[in-house]
Amino acid sequence: MVTRGYRAFQAVNAAVLTVVVVVTLFPFVNILARSFSGEREIRSGQVSLIPRGFTAETYRHVMSDSMFWTNYRNTVVYTVVATLISIVLTTCYAYVLSKRRLKGRGVLVGIAIFTMFFNGGLIPNYVLVSSLGLRNTLWAIVLPNAISVFNLLVMKAFFESLPVELEEAAAVDGASQYGTLWRIVLPLSKAILATMLLFYAVSFWNSWFAGFLYMDRQELFPVTVYLRNLIAGATAGVDQTAASDSALQIAASIQAVTIVLTMLPILLVYPFIQRYFVSGVMLGAVKG
Amino acid sequence: MTSPVPRRRTWRAALRRDWQLYSLAVLPLLFFVVFRYLPMLGNVIAFRRYSPGGDLFGEYWVGLRYFKMFLNDPSFWQVFTNTLIIGGLTLLFCFPLPIVLALLLNEVRTRWLKGFVQTISYLPHFLSIVVVAGIVLQVVSVDGVVNQGLRAVGHDAISFIQEPGWFRTIYVSSEVWQTVGWGTILYLAALTTIDDDLYQAARVDGANRWRQTWHVTLPGIRPTMMTLLVLNIGTFLAVGFEKILLLANPLTYPTADVISTYLYRVGIVSGSFSYAAAIGLFESVIGLTLVLGANRLSRRLVGTSLW
Repeated sequence: MVTRGYRAFQAVNAAVLTVVVVVTLFPFVNILARSFSGEREIRSGQVSLIPRGFTAETYRHVMSDSMFWTNYRNTVVYTVVATLISIVLTTCYAYVLSKRRLKGRGVLVGIAIFTMFFNGGLIPNYVLVSSLGLRNTLWAIVLPNAISVFNLLVMKAFFESLPVELEEAAAVDGASQYGTLWRIVLPLSKAILATMLLFYAVSFWNSWFAGFLYMDRQELFPVTVYLRNLIAGATAGVDQTAASDSALQIAASIQAVTIVLTMLPILLVYPFIQRYFVSGVMLGAVKG
Repeated sequence: MTSPVPRRRTWRAALRRDWQLYSLAVLPLLFFVVFRYLPMLGNVIAFRRYSPGGDLFGEYWVGLRYFKMFLNDPSFWQVFTNTLIIGGLTLLFCFPLPIVLALLLNEVRTRWLKGFVQTISYLPHFLSIVVVAGIVLQVVSVDGVVNQGLRAVGHDAISFIQEPGWFRTIYVSSEVWQTVGWGTILYLAALTTIDDDLYQAARVDGANRWRQTWHVTLPGIRPTMMTLLVLNIGTFLAVGFEKILLLANPLTYPTADVISTYLYRVGIVSGSFSYAAAIGLFESVIGLTLVLGANRLSRRLVGTSLW
């Protein structure tokens, strides 16, 4: 039974969702247009959805900066190392937590969960990382965020959903607990491992604050800090009336190009990884 | 077959049987102890004199000196007020809007269309905060699209990022842009679990679409709503530290500066570690109290609890 009121609702709904899509995409298209526009055209406020004074010169300019590539490579290295370590630690702990009969399991779960609601805070963390001598090393980025409790709970939920009989059979066959995890459980967990890989990789790729806080030398920055300094420099420039017009013009188009290049890898893989994220969150929600 | 010392006996048995499992937990536990629990203890520097580069836990006790200091500091109360306002506005918009969007998406009958809107609306969630801040600053810049719109209707351009009066609007809008789409996921999951028989029964009782939504759909997602509300309240004071750090500048501090950005500047930029740690501890304790309180309230009122 489709009433007139319901049909009117469907029309309004379609309109609202169209607005949602347009509003979400608009800033992306705008930044892309700015990144291909001439400096003068951006500066005079002509660029919205289509590049004006089309040029790819800004891309060449940014990509010829060797520091940009150094920082880009840092991001790749930090992301790869951090993701691997995170996955190993998360998998180990989640597997242990998924063993319902394990003595002391409740305490082990509690140790993790409590940190979701109470943390030491910025200053003690900063003091700790500094006094461990981790400044200006990759470990300042990797170690303090090695386990995300949310990801841990997602993985624990997955392990708990596996049939117990499988592991009992393995135990009967004389497999050790290490062997069971390595040869029976992990091969069945490829989907969740892929999800974890993506969760961690995207979050490390996007992170900037640890690099900003703990790296003193420019050649150690991740690319997000490179971008941050560009933005901060441009904003500081706006405050000073002394800054020359041409410097500001360059800043605007260079910012747009750097933004595009920083988010490009995420945008490229996004269509393929999105469903893993959704299924991962669903799995976590079963627990939540 | 009761043993005289059952506890120790069973622990020994558990260790003998499961030592491999326990060994897997060693490195993760080390992580939690060093990088989560040690910093909690590190908060003692809020009560002790700490000098940069000195002992991790400070030099000597000073009691509540740093707490008295910030409680008498007018700048602290200003950032405290800012935190409440920005946190309140964020909660006001970023909590209900995903529910509305999820309900709207739930009414879309064309499958690919629903999937398309979801895919697009999730996208901003995957961006780095630095990228989001960069996009925001470009969009609201003097030559950006917002000002182009203003000029088109004959209004003068506004220098948004330097106007304290505009900061909260810009911040909350960017939060909405970034989080609302992704925020629908848990609600959409909860919506699929609602028993179709309930809708059937409602229709038999003559309920129209709107009443079905009110009496079946909303109660169906209430546990999810409460859980997320409790979590949102728990992070209330920690409002968007990184984003505010990126978007604010000295001109907008009167409205933009919040507890976390203030303690960052006082502590790490200016080096008053103990003073900043006292503020941080205050913030964490209030956060924990809020989440416990909200959880208790939620359990009493609607029977939903985080644990």
